[in-house]
Amino acid sequence: MHRLLTEAGSDIIESLSTERARRLSRRDFLKATGMAGGGLMLAIGLPGDGGFGGQLAQAQQAADQVPYPPAAFVRIGTDDSVTVLINKLEFGQGVFTSMAMLVAEDLDCNWSKVRAQHAPAAQVYAHPGFGIQMTGGSMSIASSWRQYRAIGASARLMLIQAAAKEWGVSAERIDTRAGTVIELGGQRRRASYGSLAEAAMKLPAPARAGIKADAKDFEIIGKPTRRLDSREKVNGSAEFGIDKKLPGLRVAVVARPPVFGGRAAKVDPEKAKAIKGVVAVLPVQVDRGGTGVAVIADGYWPAKQARDLLAIEWTLPVGVTTTEQLAQYRQLAQQPGLPARRDGDANAVAAAARRIDAEFTFPYLAHAAMEPLNCVVDLKADRMTIWCGSQFQTVDQVLAATAAGLKPEQVDLVTTFAGGGFGRRANPASDYVVEAVRVAGEMKKAGINAPVKVIWSREDDMKGGYYRPLHVHRVSVGLDEKGIPSAWQHVIVGQSIIKGTAFEKHMVKDGVDATMTEGIADTPYRLPNMQVSVHHPEVGVPVLWWRSVGHTHTAFVMETLIDEMAAAAKQDPIAYRLALLDNKHARHRAVLALVREKSDWSRPAPKGRGRGVAVHESFGSVCAHVVEASVEDKRIRVHRVTSAIDCGTAVNPLTIEAQVQSAMVYGLSAALYGKITLAGGRVEQGNFTDYPLLRIDEMPQMSVHIVPSTAAPTGVGEPGTPPIAPAVANAVAAATGKRLRNLPFDLNA
Amino acid sequence: MIELNINGRAMTLDADPSTPLLWALRDNLGLTGTKFGCGVAACGACTVHVDGQPRRACITPISSVAGARITTIEAIETDRIGRVVQDAWVRNDVVQCGYCQSGQVMAATALLRDKKNPSDRDIDEAMTGILCRCGTYARVRAAIKDAAKSLT
Repeated sequence: MHRLLTEAGSDIIESLSTERARRLSRRDFLKATGMAGGGLMLAIGLPGDGGFGGQLAQAQQAADQVPYPPAAFVRIGTDDSVTVLINKLEFGQGVFTSMAMLVAEDLDCNWSKVRAQHAPAAQVYAHPGFGIQMTGGSMSIASSWRQYRAIGASARLMLIQAAAKEWGVSAERIDTRAGTVIELGGQRRRASYGSLAEAAMKLPAPARAGIKADAKDFEIIGKPTRRLDSREKVNGSAEFGIDKKLPGLRVAVVARPPVFGGRAAKVDPEKAKAIKGVVAVLPVQVDRGGTGVAVIADGYWPAKQARDLLAIEWTLPVGVTTTEQLAQYRQLAQQPGLPARRDGDANAVAAAARRIDAEFTFPYLAHAAMEPLNCVVDLKADRMTIWCGSQFQTVDQVLAATAAGLKPEQVDLVTTFAGGGFGRRANPASDYVVEAVRVAGEMKKAGINAPVKVIWSREDDMKGGYYRPLHVHRVSVGLDEKGIPSAWQHVIVGQSIIKGTAFEKHMVKDGVDATMTEGIADTPYRLPNMQVSVHHPEVGVPVLWWRSVGHTHTAFVMETLIDEMAAAAKQDPIAYRLALLDNKHARHRAVLALVREKSDWSRPAPKGRGRGVAVHESFGSVCAHVVEASVEDKRIRVHRVTSAIDCGTAVNPLTIEAQVQSAMVYGLSAALYGKITLAGGRVEQGNFTDYPLLRIDEMPQMSVHIVPSTAAPTGVGEPGTPPIAPAVANAVAAATGKRLRNLPFDLNA
Repeated sequence: MIELNINGRAMTLDADPSTPLLWALRDNLGLTGTKFGCGVAACGACTVHVDGQPRRACITPISSVAGARITTIEAIETDRIGRVVQDAWVRNDVVQCGYCQSGQVMAATALLRDKKNPSDRDIDEAMTGILCRCGTYARVRAAIKDAAKSLT
């Protein structure tokens, strides 16, 4: 979702509405989402330069320009509790805690009184840079850094003003201390925030309230702070979308076509209807022009049993077989494609003293969040309520309204906790939300007036598409006599995630999907005569961003090749990298220095183990891993991972450690096991038995180190993923001499 | 009609005897703390205790546990060890998305009931069936050791 060069979300919203069945003017939408007249639509339209830095600056500038009403974001109770409304999805990354910390810092409240809850879907909660309400691109803290702190500062000022009014003294003579307003001198009166909140929130929001300028004054930011959502997540009371309870709630399980876009031609529902608890069997339109069959029942188990007993004759399109697809991709990679970067002389490789020619393959990957997809819909005649763990509230709200024939203002979207997401719940097509709305619509047509929860089985979820795309990279590197790069030719083949979506205008340039070349075309390494081009074949497999998006494959190619080049130059892999990094890449250099120190790099690796390094910038942060790995019986064992990250100001070091570990484990599962394949259009994997994830007994020893910084914060949720697979491959190469170029790793190949 | 003893209370259920305990808990009894992750005992999100032993509720037909003592995450805080495990989880900031954590807490509680001072190997054996897509494993291990310390 990064790289969305925004002219504000209105563009995206507009294309959603025009591309989809219903015409909805921007004005209507603004009115619909309750922000017309509020002046909060961020029609910023700044000239978008690329990359995270530009977006960040834009978000911060926007946050500074627009006075966000504190009342929409902070509720102070008479018991002094401070409830912060979080405009992101809490799905593990810790925003309930870290974003609440931002408000608390400048509100100067008592942290033990702070709670967090999801904000409703409304335009005031849109991402300050993108103009739509969404969670992605590892930008939650970066984009809220000034916004949420300014909200805290404004609320504090309003509390001071309320006290000034009540006490009849000047606001200058009033200060605050951890949730108490204090009169300086005079009668030295004190009042708790809770006692002043009601009066304070009636005051006009100040145009500008200063946030703390100096990091030395931080009392909450930078302190390791435990999560606010722990207790409810260890006693079973946290409510995920799948847990939603409503009176009369029905459960639906849908039979979807076994090949994307297929249609149910003939359905025999008799056996299914015989299952006790089944209410109805209904046809339903599903994603990508397909049709399916929904079984409505009084619980998941009867619905699932009945769904599996449906006799359906499908009309199926010709489907993809990934082995054939890979062969075609390899052919395509022989030819240059659409240029993404063109520096210097393409033919310099031929003239080089030495060359490395390499082909890399990456499979489709499923997000495989622990909570299978689900969505709850309560559809009434002129109103609809949706409960789901949405990463994309604005998009889901607009497309759900379209599917129901309602206006967005008639749709209440309630964000629940999500049991992971990793990009799957931020779908420009809103597939699982739209489908649930259609199920509700069919029920209504059939005279069943009840809310419905559509639950996907694990197999439904894993076979349901929207994968990280399959890719082939073909690279030729030219080196001079000393092993220094003199030329780089690079062709990438893969489906575009963005083309055909409402984001195309912002994220596809001259036919090139920027998410496919990120991490290569903008490499920090000094690589002369570099040419990068792409092919975007059209394939009938739905694809989507997957934790760290294009960096999942580009970092692997770059960081394993750099390692191979270092070996060719007979240089230490870290020293070689440093030699190719200019001084302006000080963050890369600092991260490499830190990881070198903490990983015992200068000492020989323990016996039987190889040591490998990789460093990569993504989502504004630079992260490096040093891996110690061994190979036994053709199996890779990762023993130890030492990580360093520069993510700007470390708002909550506890979260950063957790997220770097999390991103590392996510990438390690993919490197060792992750693979979705199709045969004749049918997805061959269906559950954790054939799509394994890393388990506790395979965990390496881990340590995470943060580069001290007072710069504005950058991404944390994703940057740990890209460098892990190449660091493992480099460690395996160090241990065995074998260069791994195909994911997932297979030492039998 | 099937009689179940859940969290110390007798409950009567009008459901197909082959219904997995998971769905009886979630859909019939409203106990949604026990999670659905895979349906084939491959992820452990649905772990409950049956007569004190960890069991995967998603493949356990209710007919097979009639009369047994079933404990779910909702009642584990009334168990001395369960409460200590929950506190250790909070202290060690283990959870992320939280979806698998009911299963993690139930499995860890059963482990500590069995072994007061579990080794890394014991932890591997007891916990390897509980998947966590967020990768909280390092803190899961730390929290189990922390809980073991609190129990001695």
